[in-house]
Amino acid sequence: MSSAPTSLQSLDYSILQQCMHCGMCLPSCPTYAETGKERNSPRGRIALMRAIADAELAMTATFAEEMSYCVGCLACATACPAGVDYAHLLETARAHVEASHVNATPTRNVVRAVTLRWLFIHPRLLRSFGYLLRLWQRSGLETVARKWRLTLILPRRLRDLESITPRIQNRFSDSLIAETTTPSGPKRYRVALLTGCIQDLVFSDVNRATAEVLAENGCEIFTAREQHCCGSLHAHNGDLETAQRLARIQLDEIDPRKVDAIISNSAGCGSHLKHYDRLLADDPKYAATAAEWSSKVRDISEWLVEIGYRAPTEMAPPSRSITYHEACHLCHGQKVSAQPRAILRSLPGAELRECKEATWCCGSAGIYNITQPRTAAWLQQRKVEHLRATGAAFVATANPGCQLQIENGLRAAGDTTTRVVHPVVLLAEAYRAEQATRA
Amino acid sequence: MNALEKDFTPTRSFNDGEKIELARALGEVVGRDQVVTAQEDLIPYSFDGTAAIKHLPIAVVFPKTPEEISAIIKLARDAHAAVVTRGSGTGLSGGSVPVENAIVLCTLRMNRVLELDERNLTLLAETGAITQEIFDRADAVGLFYPPDPGSMKISTIGGNVAENSGGLRGLKYGVTRDYVMGIEVVLADGSICWLGNKCVKDVAGYNLRDLFIGSEGTLGVITKVLLKLLPKPAARQTLLVTYTQMDAAAETVSAIIAAKIIPCTLEFLDRKTIQCVEDFAHVGLPLDAEAILLIETDGHAAAVDDEATRMAELARRHGATDVRRARDAAEAAQLAAARRSAFSALARLRPTTILEDATVPRSELATMIRFIADVARRHQLEIATFGHFGDGNLHPTFLTNERDRDEMHRVELAMKEIFEQTLKLGGTITGEHGVGLAKKTFLRDQLGDASYTLLKAIKQTLDPTGLLNPGKIFDV
Repeated sequence: MSSAPTSLQSLDYSILQQCMHCGMCLPSCPTYAETGKERNSPRGRIALMRAIADAELAMTATFAEEMSYCVGCLACATACPAGVDYAHLLETARAHVEASHVNATPTRNVVRAVTLRWLFIHPRLLRSFGYLLRLWQRSGLETVARKWRLTLILPRRLRDLESITPRIQNRFSDSLIAETTTPSGPKRYRVALLTGCIQDLVFSDVNRATAEVLAENGCEIFTAREQHCCGSLHAHNGDLETAQRLARIQLDEIDPRKVDAIISNSAGCGSHLKHYDRLLADDPKYAATAAEWSSKVRDISEWLVEIGYRAPTEMAPPSRSITYHEACHLCHGQKVSAQPRAILRSLPGAELRECKEATWCCGSAGIYNITQPRTAAWLQQRKVEHLRATGAAFVATANPGCQLQIENGLRAAGDTTTRVVHPVVLLAEAYRAEQATRA
Repeated sequence: MNALEKDFTPTRSFNDGEKIELARALGEVVGRDQVVTAQEDLIPYSFDGTAAIKHLPIAVVFPKTPEEISAIIKLARDAHAAVVTRGSGTGLSGGSVPVENAIVLCTLRMNRVLELDERNLTLLAETGAITQEIFDRADAVGLFYPPDPGSMKISTIGGNVAENSGGLRGLKYGVTRDYVMGIEVVLADGSICWLGNKCVKDVAGYNLRDLFIGSEGTLGVITKVLLKLLPKPAARQTLLVTYTQMDAAAETVSAIIAAKIIPCTLEFLDRKTIQCVEDFAHVGLPLDAEAILLIETDGHAAAVDDEATRMAELARRHGATDVRRARDAAEAAQLAAARRSAFSALARLRPTTILEDATVPRSELATMIRFIADVARRHQLEIATFGHFGDGNLHPTFLTNERDRDEMHRVELAMKEIFEQTLKLGGTITGEHGVGLAKKTFLRDQLGDASYTLLKAIKQTLDPTGLLNPGKIFDV
């Protein structure tokens, strides 16, 4: 079995040397903006990683904390003229931290074991958790618990999380999308649709909309019934071994050779899915399939523009001002920035209003709002202010984490009218409106 | 050890107890959370934008006022520590790299624009204000701050003044020095003094203000800067000119100057640089070109149009294969931003990127470029060249690997030859990056004994104990 580089010492040194510390990354970094200290900047972190690789610095809890403090938004990678592969460096550094156990505590170990290595490994378990949570939310128990302030018995961290728990959908993807969906017109492509894990529980409507839109554009869609977590959560949090395991499961479930494209509608997942080739490069059995997989993964907006999707002729919602928040792992991680905008602009009568700092992180950043709540809240507030300043009725964004973070931020700011939505949902609604007009 | 890794002989070394005591005392001045001493905090301050030079400081301190800086200087003097001033650490000659027993004094918290005086066309800013913000603030009211160093989106104005930074607009608008009307500076004895004012004319006493511009933090700590602004040019146009031969580009430049046209920007990129920049910026640079010129003219709309047309014609007549006019301001800005990324983009090719700054009189450009190509061939090195053709300021950039001892030795030899040739042609070893640590060994050759001694005499007068950025520019 192959192993990903889990230590900075075993990493190809030239990746570290690629950083020539010119400082061009500094203005794009949220944590550097927050503190003004080099340690909290991309080039500062790379200097620390290099110091560890050079054995000038021992692995310390401070280093571990610094790697955790990094948002992982990859804005620095977009800003970097030298082309430093910061995503790779950060993943390796975080894996090194985990392997060294410098920040291990009994509670942290249990939480990581239960979530990363148990809940997110078993799709059925995760879904059962979803059913339970839905029961709790729908039965009125949640309302009662909140009303009677029973949640106060929870530890503070959990109590904060309880209040932002997303609403579980009534139906999950497999009951909304058939295993094989045939296109409405002539078949031009065959694609596999990834329904995700969190996306499936909380935004199965986005999955449904994705399938509809693909079908409308000549794609036959294969949607595997039981889908595992793609492993992005693991790779971004220092557990490369489990990430590799999940990648292999994914490749066993969906054969990339049988499709023209593998469609993801979640930016964080897509960014990771495109790196299966690197993740499994040393695995003799899977390397070739992984390379094929990576070459075929597309974000839904990217794919639609690539195949020349049909612009709709009707627009469903009455209000048409939209602002677009760029999910970090879409614009920085996958360099997909123009395509979602093109789709939004193609909605008849839609007015796209650009917001300030559209490419800045909203603070969701995977599990960042759980690991670094203070900075996440600051970023959330900053983001919501810029979004609201546009006065747009819709905030479009293409990642479940961003969607939740922005919804919660708007709610905290007392905004109950602005709707946060995936671009593809607006496109699907427009197609549906066409059909309603025709009928 | 090669010439790029300068060593410093410690006058004394600090033990852990003394370091803790110094940090405590500094904390009393600036607040405990504004002093850092942990290894993880110091490593990121052990370098700047310069390749292959680093040194750990003993502490980094973040003051908020000139008074705090004055107190820090007095503390450092009593403790026999050095003070190395730093803004955003984007310097390219090692000017803000710490030395032995150095406290790094980081100016980033002093970042306010204090006043924009539209009646006198001046702007007063604290030393840590970001260059881009100064440009934007002026731009918002129809004014113009021309100096635009490559790192302007993060560099500080104090750093620009201390290094006398140049940029892409040097040909027509000059460099940072030409826009500094006054500075507030903390001297080595801790006194705070103002040099200059808002008057266009002022001959009261020696022009001491100019002494501190480009002094690389060795004479005082600049805390405020009063800048001159210009009215914003009404129009600008950008040309992208493609060549299959380097010499043709150089000839075009000579022809433009000879035609008595002074464009604000006249930038040159060679094949390697074009490819790296395009790889990063995706602005549609011609990948098969041997050289390109990026030309910008600004001013009155009619004059701009006339100049652009004449320059396009001169370019075609001197062998340009393509002349493209930027469609709009957005495309022009994209091209300029792409050019500013040239140095960093070159890091895509090899592990270590060493940038030089040799500058010759414009008439010697073609000779110098041929010489650099010859040096690269003879020493089997990869050198990419780009730079400000209009002002003779070249940036031959060594693409190398600091871990390859043999290659680094050849880099050193090549660099020495380039500097010697530069001086032979009546040029300077540094046009806009400063001497710092990187070019120290070549300074005496350029200045000659008498001026070199004068330089030292000034340092000894203003900073007799060698407290401020010692070992930079020269050894006393």
